[in-house]
Amino acid sequence: MNPDVQTNRSLVIAGIFTLVAFVLVLRLLNLQVVDDKWKLSAENNVVRKVVSYPARGLVYDRNMELLVYNQAAYDFLATPREIEPFDTLTLCRILGVEKEMLVKSLKKANEYSRYRPSVILKQLSASRYATLQEQLYKYPGFYVRSRTLRQYPFPIASQTLGYVGEVIDRDLKKEEYYVSGDYIGKRGIEYAYEKRLRGKKGVTYQLVDVHSRLKGRFKEGRYDTTAVTGDNLVATLDAQLQHYGEELMAGKAGAIVAIEPATGEILAMVSAPSYDPGLLVGRVRGKNYAILQKNKDEPLFNRTVSAAYPPGSTFKPVNGLIALDEGVITPYTKFVCHGRASRPIMCTHDHGTPLGLVSAIKESCNPFFWQTFKACLSNYSSTKEGYMAWAENVKKFGLGSSVAADISGERSGNIPSAKFYDKLYRGSWNSLTVRSLSVGQGELLCTPLQMANVAATIANKGYYVSPHIVKRVVSPKGEEEALKFDRFDTGIDPSFFDETTDGLRQVVTHGTGQSAYIDSVSIVGKTGTIQNSSGDDHSAFIAFAPMGSPKIAIYVYVERGVWGSRYAAPIAGLMIEKYIKGFISPRRHYLEKKIKESVLLEPDEVEETNEQEE
Amino acid sequence: MRNTNVFAKIDWVTILIYVMLMLIGWINIYAAVYNTEHYSIFDFSQRYGKQLMWIGAALLLMAVIMLVDSQFFTTFAYYIYGFTILLLIFTLITSTSVKGAKAWIKIGSFALQPAELAKFATNLALAKMISQYNFKVNQLESYFKLGLIVGLPILIILLQNDTGSALVFFVFILVLYREGLPGILLFIGFLLATIFIVTLVYLGGVNLLIIGVFYAVISWFFLRDYKHLLLLSIGLGLLFFIPTYMVGQMGYDINVGKIMMYGLLSYAVIFVTRALLSRHTIKILIYSSLLGSLIFSSSVGYVFHDILQTHQRARIEELLGIKHDPLGVGYNVNQSKIAIGSGGVAGKGFLNGTQTKFNFVPEQSTDFIFCTVGEEWGFLGTSFVISLFLALFLRLIYVAERQRSRFSRVYGYGVACILFFHFAINIGMTIGLAPVIGIPLPFISYGGSSLWSFTILLAIFLKLDSNRMDVLW
Repeated sequence: MNPDVQTNRSLVIAGIFTLVAFVLVLRLLNLQVVDDKWKLSAENNVVRKVVSYPARGLVYDRNMELLVYNQAAYDFLATPREIEPFDTLTLCRILGVEKEMLVKSLKKANEYSRYRPSVILKQLSASRYATLQEQLYKYPGFYVRSRTLRQYPFPIASQTLGYVGEVIDRDLKKEEYYVSGDYIGKRGIEYAYEKRLRGKKGVTYQLVDVHSRLKGRFKEGRYDTTAVTGDNLVATLDAQLQHYGEELMAGKAGAIVAIEPATGEILAMVSAPSYDPGLLVGRVRGKNYAILQKNKDEPLFNRTVSAAYPPGSTFKPVNGLIALDEGVITPYTKFVCHGRASRPIMCTHDHGTPLGLVSAIKESCNPFFWQTFKACLSNYSSTKEGYMAWAENVKKFGLGSSVAADISGERSGNIPSAKFYDKLYRGSWNSLTVRSLSVGQGELLCTPLQMANVAATIANKGYYVSPHIVKRVVSPKGEEEALKFDRFDTGIDPSFFDETTDGLRQVVTHGTGQSAYIDSVSIVGKTGTIQNSSGDDHSAFIAFAPMGSPKIAIYVYVERGVWGSRYAAPIAGLMIEKYIKGFISPRRHYLEKKIKESVLLEPDEVEETNEQEE
Repeated sequence: MRNTNVFAKIDWVTILIYVMLMLIGWINIYAAVYNTEHYSIFDFSQRYGKQLMWIGAALLLMAVIMLVDSQFFTTFAYYIYGFTILLLIFTLITSTSVKGAKAWIKIGSFALQPAELAKFATNLALAKMISQYNFKVNQLESYFKLGLIVGLPILIILLQNDTGSALVFFVFILVLYREGLPGILLFIGFLLATIFIVTLVYLGGVNLLIIGVFYAVISWFFLRDYKHLLLLSIGLGLLFFIPTYMVGQMGYDINVGKIMMYGLLSYAVIFVTRALLSRHTIKILIYSSLLGSLIFSSSVGYVFHDILQTHQRARIEELLGIKHDPLGVGYNVNQSKIAIGSGGVAGKGFLNGTQTKFNFVPEQSTDFIFCTVGEEWGFLGTSFVISLFLALFLRLIYVAERQRSRFSRVYGYGVACILFFHFAINIGMTIGLAPVIGIPLPFISYGGSSLWSFTILLAIFLKLDSNRMDVLW
């Protein structure tokens, strides 16, 4: 082989390499320097991850009356590095904000990330959005994301429905689903059913040009996911009854809880004073929340589950049932009452003596229940053991621990332990020391919900179903899912409940609860007047109706209501009448009006909260 | 004794370019993957952190190869080749499909692509065969043997459904050309393949331009005929660039491809006739091959679009990556061109690229890493990288030519050609000049497997070169 030819060939190969490199450079020259088309394309080609927020699920009452729905609102966002110089004042005018505010948010956004969008202004109203939308093309780097805000057709059940707010760091750490700026249920149903209500966020990758105009979908939408609307909930509440309860409780502090005994469904949950749920929606939420928090009557405090009150005499039926179950008394056991001269607890009522369980309930005889309680505790070898057995029995009624299935913020109340008394009295205590428990006072604390559940347990003759606030979940496609709740049995013989119920019926017909009496429905109930060292005594009433086939069990607690019979009993009567009959008989309109108009709360000096989202 | 001084005899120019390319790669991988959450360039959870580890390992690998006796590679060339072929078969049988190709062996968390090893193994085997005493390339028997050595890995890799890697092996035709394969074979083979692909991938005009350029180069080497070359260039200028410019300026719809086709055809017919009359054999061959390739090009288009069935066409399109996935490939190349084009002269600056940041460009740290170079460093950056590669190739040819052993020279050419093929196809596909066949840009693309394979390929040659004085003819 001729060496010259070989050398030539190495040159040919070098030439090919050079030529190809030259062609590539030439092509790049054209692409990068000569041709402007590609530069324009790049500008036209900003991908934007747009998160679409699903509508939160709706909430209906038990009669499919709408309680919570959504309204569109718009967040205004900016991606700092895409922003071009713009007329700040005009934009401020469109948005309806101060210049300083806009400048501050933009600075914050810039510090967060230049590449990622930040929310500049939250929850613009639809009318502001309409103006903005037309002008948006003038402001590259800015865009709008639609969100939904909660709306309420009636200003009721605010504490029960709860509210939605922005996620905090703890939520972000707990669940990856959320990103900063997302909304999450904070209280009530919104909190307890967050996962059902929130649905699933969707993501679309959009190609937008320099003017934020949509140019199409990134890769034809192959990475997009559609947002899935949240599930709708059917609550157990009866909106009308709830509304009525709130009217009755106007101007007072306290709680009403009504339960359907057979199912554990909560028909009404009134915590007074209350507030309009619309106050905690949208941009005004933070401000209104602060005002509500300052209110001395604590409207944000859900008294139905978070307030633990001594039940007072409304607890007596439980003590009677426990004593019957333990066999320390029978329906025929009678104890002597010395009226006001009784020791260690005096009787506040005048009645015949000696008396049995039925009469004792009817007359709310303290000495009878003290004797009964003492007998319970003496039934064991030591007081301590007797007390522990009694406490266990009380717990069977759902007291001393949270009882609701799906209600947020529920307190467990308090059934003091034997240890607690050991510590308090340095080991030396007996039934006399803890005698207040016999009449439902002392360290015993129950939430109104727990006591309403006690009413349901008595109505059911010995069992209850976990009280709950939502009965059905309806998917956006319309598939219904009935929720199941556990049933708990006290193990007490149903016949004992008949005796107790007889006594409770007489309370309403002839005893301390006559102010709850109505002709049309046979109500059974028990008043309670709870001693209050710092003012008027508290007023309580436990009841269910009708006697034969209970449809509603109720507990009413009115702080500083003086007597059980003054406020709690008539309110319970009106609630039962309203629920079962659907209306209040004309004869009782006077009572209804009187209750509605009576004000026990002192006027609050804190400014009124009435500003709502436009 | 002599080996103790091995590092002094290394070609440091090559090493310098090699290291520079790796660093360019690392910086651009960082830019391509960069996000505000992981901004430390040494974050080993991210690709740039890993690439840095792999670069370190590659340098170590190179040092190790430098310490191996160069006799090892000449002696065991066939064994290494045989082992690699077995590995390829093993992979074909056992591996599971990744992106449609059964090309990877998984060893723990590390994935090995035997096709990468096959590149240097085939190169070794080819060098061994050609360097045998009295071996002549231009014999039918030799063609057969050489074809077997190169064809075997191609066949297995094609069966693995890894077309891109298989195509690399065709570049050995350049090595064979250097060792005596008739130039006309190279020319015809290269021309037909290019015309075939180009005709299918591009619409009218570009294929003819490429035919013209090839023709110009070849006629330059065979005829040293300045006149024809000048004439052709002027003809191309008149027929292609000016009409294109006019169309752009005036908005007229002129079919440039057709004008060029008729122009070139008449040119070819005239000169074939002249050559026939003058009975100049080489001229006849060259001009008739030009005529032939023009006819071939137009018939490829005709056969492909009008005679083939839809499913047959789809197969070929998929093979060439024309319409493998219209949303995928077509989209990718377009986005890639936008990314590079938007870089302008000086680029947008380090980490300021937008197109490669938001996942517009797929595989942006592997096969499409050149987009980041183009977007952030502009035309200056891209031409610098291309110049660096060209410098490497020319240096490798220079070094190969100074070898006293034929084995070393053949191997050296093999290294240059393999790297060149990757370079040309990879950059070509990012700017829409080559079909998207998914092969990495040597030393720059992200990935340990390919970086190490290229390092081994290069290191063996540097080792052979450092020993060139020890080898007798």
